[in-house]
Amino acid sequence: MRLVLDALTIAAVSAGAFFFLAGTVGLLRFPDALSRLHALTKADNLGLGLIVFGLLFQAEGPLTALKLIGVWLLALLAGAVVTQLIALAARPDGPPA
Amino acid sequence: MSLAFALDAILGLAVLAVAAWTIVARDAFAAIVGFVAFGLLLALVWVRLAAPDVALTEAAIGSGVTGGLLVAACSHLRGDAAAAGIEQPRAILRLAAAVACVVVTAGLAAIVLLLPDPAPTLAPQAAAQLAQTGLGNPVTAVLMAYRAIDTLLEVVVLLLALVGIWSLAPDRFWGGRPGLRQHEDPNGMLVFLARLLPPLGVLVGIHLFWVGAVAPGGEFQGATVLAAMWLLAMMAGLVDAPPIDRRWLRLALVAGPAVFLAIGLAGFAVAGAFLAYPPDHAKLLIVIIETPVTLSIAATLGLLVAGPPERAPPG
Repeated sequence: MRLVLDALTIAAVSAGAFFFLAGTVGLLRFPDALSRLHALTKADNLGLGLIVFGLLFQAEGPLTALKLIGVWLLALLAGAVVTQLIALAARPDGPPA
Repeated sequence: MSLAFALDAILGLAVLAVAAWTIVARDAFAAIVGFVAFGLLLALVWVRLAAPDVALTEAAIGSGVTGGLLVAACSHLRGDAAAAGIEQPRAILRLAAAVACVVVTAGLAAIVLLLPDPAPTLAPQAAAQLAQTGLGNPVTAVLMAYRAIDTLLEVVVLLLALVGIWSLAPDRFWGGRPGLRQHEDPNGMLVFLARLLPPLGVLVGIHLFWVGAVAPGGEFQGATVLAAMWLLAMMAGLVDAPPIDRRWLRLALVAGPAVFLAIGLAGFAVAGAFLAYPPDHAKLLIVIIETPVTLSIAATLGLLVAGPPERAPPG
């Protein structure tokens, strides 16, 4: 049982790390601000989500698991809002009046 | 070489790299972004050094509040490129600053490297007396019992900093509202966040303050989260910054230092020394001090970022 849980954790966290890597490569390689933001949100949403999912199998109790999910939800919320604000400021025609 | 050591080495190098980048960045805003990232990495270093209390404070005060203050200052300068140009220090001044920084860094490094092994520590004494304070977190015991006078002075210094900022106000705006820049779009994302987040943020702030008695946390960390929620609501335009001559505002600002000082003075009568607590009631007195102190720090931090009054007083 322990072995199965550990294997699930390793698989999910590795997948999450891959999304972070892909997001970072996109941040460095994509041509303009909007596509770079697009790359960044993939790392935040899916990457962090998969890492949290993987860590759930190692959580000591339901409270720890809930806290982990809470961290992910807060990061999702902050990421979504901040991305929108940066995108508005970075539009070629400037932020709408 | 173990994996943990390799990760620590990468973390340390990343801190140094971000610090260097912050110094050489030409654009002020880019340097601020670097400074905030530097603070967050430094918080991770404190976690690795098993000092979660310091890590929380570094992330909240060192990175969060200071970053907010710097962004506010930067956006004030941005509108006036000529004024910002005058602020550019001359080469001789920059050289002097660099030399002073290197001397301080070298001094700190020498002190840390020349420490005897094992380093002198008061930790066993602090842990041994913990039961007398009624607290479970030795860091909070140091801050609120053994060295409470340092914390009292910190709270007063914070208030003095706000007085200093307010004194920058022109006479015609005295008693008016701080000129915090507000986001205009009533249907925008910031308004959405400012409606959704504060209930949770206030809960987290109070939790951080309350849990400080037994676990990492405390009034400064909790107050920072509370202040951040207030600032979020102000920036989104949901509430306006209060005029600085309001009586309730002044009361909120001085409540913490005043209660702290009053209980400290009462210590002469009941326990024989300034800021001494009678052993049976230490925990209760500490909570009575910490509650208004948290409120005062939150109000002070919020107003520090909001800046000096820039609008004429109403009425």
